[in-house]
Amino acid sequence: MTYFPEEVVEHIVDFLGSHRDRNAVSTVCKAWYQVERLSRRNVFVGNCYAIRPERVMARFPWMKSLGVKGKPHFADFNLVPYDWGGFAQPWIEAAARGCPGLEELRLKRMVVTDDDLELLARSFPSFKSLVLVSCEGFSTDGLAAIATYCRGLRELDLQENEVEDHGRQWLSCFPDSCTSLVSLNFACLKGEINTNALERLVARCPDLRSLKLNRAISVESLNRILARAPHLVDLGTGSMMVNHHTEAYHRLINAFLGCKSLRSLSGFWDASSCCLQAVYPVCVNLTALNLSYAPAIQGDDLIKLICLCFKLQKLWVLDCIGDKGLAAVASTCKDLQELRVFPSDIYGAGTTAVTEEGLVAISSGCSKLNSLLYFCYQMTNTALVTVAKNCPHFTRFRLCILDPGKPDPVTDQPLDEGFGAIVRSCKNLRRLSLSGLLTDKVFLYIGMHAEHLEMLSIAFAGDSDKGMVYVLNGCKNLRKLEIRDCPFGDDALLKDVTKYETMRSLWMSSCDVTLGGCRALAAKMPSLNVEIINESDEADEFQENLSDLHKVEKLYVYRTVARGRTDAPDFVWIL
Amino acid sequence: MSTTESGNSSTESEVSGLDYEETQLTLAPPGGSKSEPERKRGFSESVDLRFGRPALEAHAKDPASGSSDGPVSGAGKSPASKAQVVGWPPVRSFRRNALRSCTYVKVAVDGTPYLRKVDLDAYAGYQQLLIALEEMFSCFTARDYTNERRLVDPVNGAAYVPTYEDKDGDWMLVGDVPWKMFVASCKRLRLMKSSEAVNLAPRTPQGCANAR
Repeated sequence: MTYFPEEVVEHIVDFLGSHRDRNAVSTVCKAWYQVERLSRRNVFVGNCYAIRPERVMARFPWMKSLGVKGKPHFADFNLVPYDWGGFAQPWIEAAARGCPGLEELRLKRMVVTDDDLELLARSFPSFKSLVLVSCEGFSTDGLAAIATYCRGLRELDLQENEVEDHGRQWLSCFPDSCTSLVSLNFACLKGEINTNALERLVARCPDLRSLKLNRAISVESLNRILARAPHLVDLGTGSMMVNHHTEAYHRLINAFLGCKSLRSLSGFWDASSCCLQAVYPVCVNLTALNLSYAPAIQGDDLIKLICLCFKLQKLWVLDCIGDKGLAAVASTCKDLQELRVFPSDIYGAGTTAVTEEGLVAISSGCSKLNSLLYFCYQMTNTALVTVAKNCPHFTRFRLCILDPGKPDPVTDQPLDEGFGAIVRSCKNLRRLSLSGLLTDKVFLYIGMHAEHLEMLSIAFAGDSDKGMVYVLNGCKNLRKLEIRDCPFGDDALLKDVTKYETMRSLWMSSCDVTLGGCRALAAKMPSLNVEIINESDEADEFQENLSDLHKVEKLYVYRTVARGRTDAPDFVWIL
Repeated sequence: MSTTESGNSSTESEVSGLDYEETQLTLAPPGGSKSEPERKRGFSESVDLRFGRPALEAHAKDPASGSSDGPVSGAGKSPASKAQVVGWPPVRSFRRNALRSCTYVKVAVDGTPYLRKVDLDAYAGYQQLLIALEEMFSCFTARDYTNERRLVDPVNGAAYVPTYEDKDGDWMLVGDVPWKMFVASCKRLRLMKSSEAVNLAPRTPQGCANAR
């Protein structure tokens, strides 16, 4: 291969998009490594502590787009302490020095400060797109910096971040010369917005296709915005609180009538059935609908709406849709690929309105379904077997039975057979979340059949170390394993330590692993960071004083070429 | 913490949206056909909820209903302990917080000089709210008086009726709309002397008098 001129190799490599393919190509030989690294435009770092940012910038100097993920997934559920880490600062600083041509940055579960955003805004003259998902640490001041200094910004997409509100003027910081916005999402902001500035911004950005407003935006303002941007493809409404007898309501109807390009709808904050009629005209064209923040939309009104959406591919709803509502989805939405049913009554004793029957109905009607997130209070093996038979195309299957460790209510059996059917039938399953009463058997099935499984989430399941070992032995493509409240201990942890080098990360909390086991793992595998997160009072004691038998509350293990971390707080011990 | 209120309000066949003429809380078993004529229920019936639901358990579960009474009452775990498991259910904080937006409202009682504040999200239904109000203004007792739940001041025998101001600025009787809708639209509460409350909403004749 060395007699291929570089230009030819370059040309071939240019066709490669996926990270995996490019990573493979770069290991062939030194020449190919060089060609590949200089031609890579999109870089993805799945764990910000797996490598130092400077190395990434040095290797890929012509990178245009960078994606970095910080905290482990269970941070979403408050299992990772607030100041654990995942700081964006070193990444933005390194990029500013090493890759000034950067155009796109996507950060997930990271701590981003206003200073970071200002540095970002000032350092990259061609910057076009900023996407922040589940991040925290910044305020509207940081957004003001982005608006002010990023000339030619095309995309500002803020998804479910914790943003401190320092006032409404950030939006006014977009200069009059800013006409390039294609996508603007500030739905997660809690504070007021300068609506005049927003309306003017929308009016002068003819390419705007995606706009997601926050709860503070009224229907009156939405009407004005839609009047100026009828060509929107993706809309997140603001507050939809409106009364039938008002001028605003009639304007809303007209506004939606004008939105011929609308394909995706979300928001619906404070919406009640009152406002639904206004969106009927766009329903027939919708491919994506998110009603999961509208607990007051339910019953027959919701069903009436759903029955118009026959092109729907993606639907997010609350469980008050009920089994009856899901049956309506099943008979209407034949193109449905992704369904998420969220719990509406998180703190209550739970008379949820969806059961296994709703899921079975969906599976019979929507054979194209490939991605599911389903919260319910009960599930049966029979239902899961039926679902597995009806929908063999699942790539993502996440079932959350809200009562931890709950068996099949009809047979009182664990749900091993049901989930076993899922992994047997769905040959392309990449992501799986388990719940309900489960023994080691389900892990045996997973190890045997889930060949392409990349991410597995387990809670309150299993009987013994065997369960975890089945998974580690069997799932060749496993990248992320996260476990909480399961009886897995040191034997399982240490059974095959080299396995963790093939994975991105392992999380274990409230399991039976001990400090001794973790120390042994760290000693055997220097290529891993073995982090103990210890928030209890004992954290004040020196590590050495704790015996090897001490049970570890939270363990996070990940492969890395950057040994240790310089930014770990006191309660994080890296063994 | 029983959530008969939310259970009832989420049974699709019974409740429609803001169509006030039809809005009613039924106490029929979930999924059961509506055997009663449609009528607007008086406050007393709306709030006459039963804890423990021994009567409801006796009914066969309608498979089409989707609401799961059985597992809830049968489950050994108390909901309170469920709620305390950290990070369970696995719902992102953003979503948790968004759905429990600012639900603190002021509570005024006719005749008392100071106001209190309650977080409506802390209650699963009207029943708990009334009990909390009773405890807060501890001079009252909630007396089961001919099927009505009223807050009665034992000192002067005056009865108080819980009312609320909704987002449109209208003063409404507590208990007419489904709980979640109430939480979303209530701006503040006022315990009104029942002598003043008569003008608020028409009472159906059955509502006042019958013991069921």
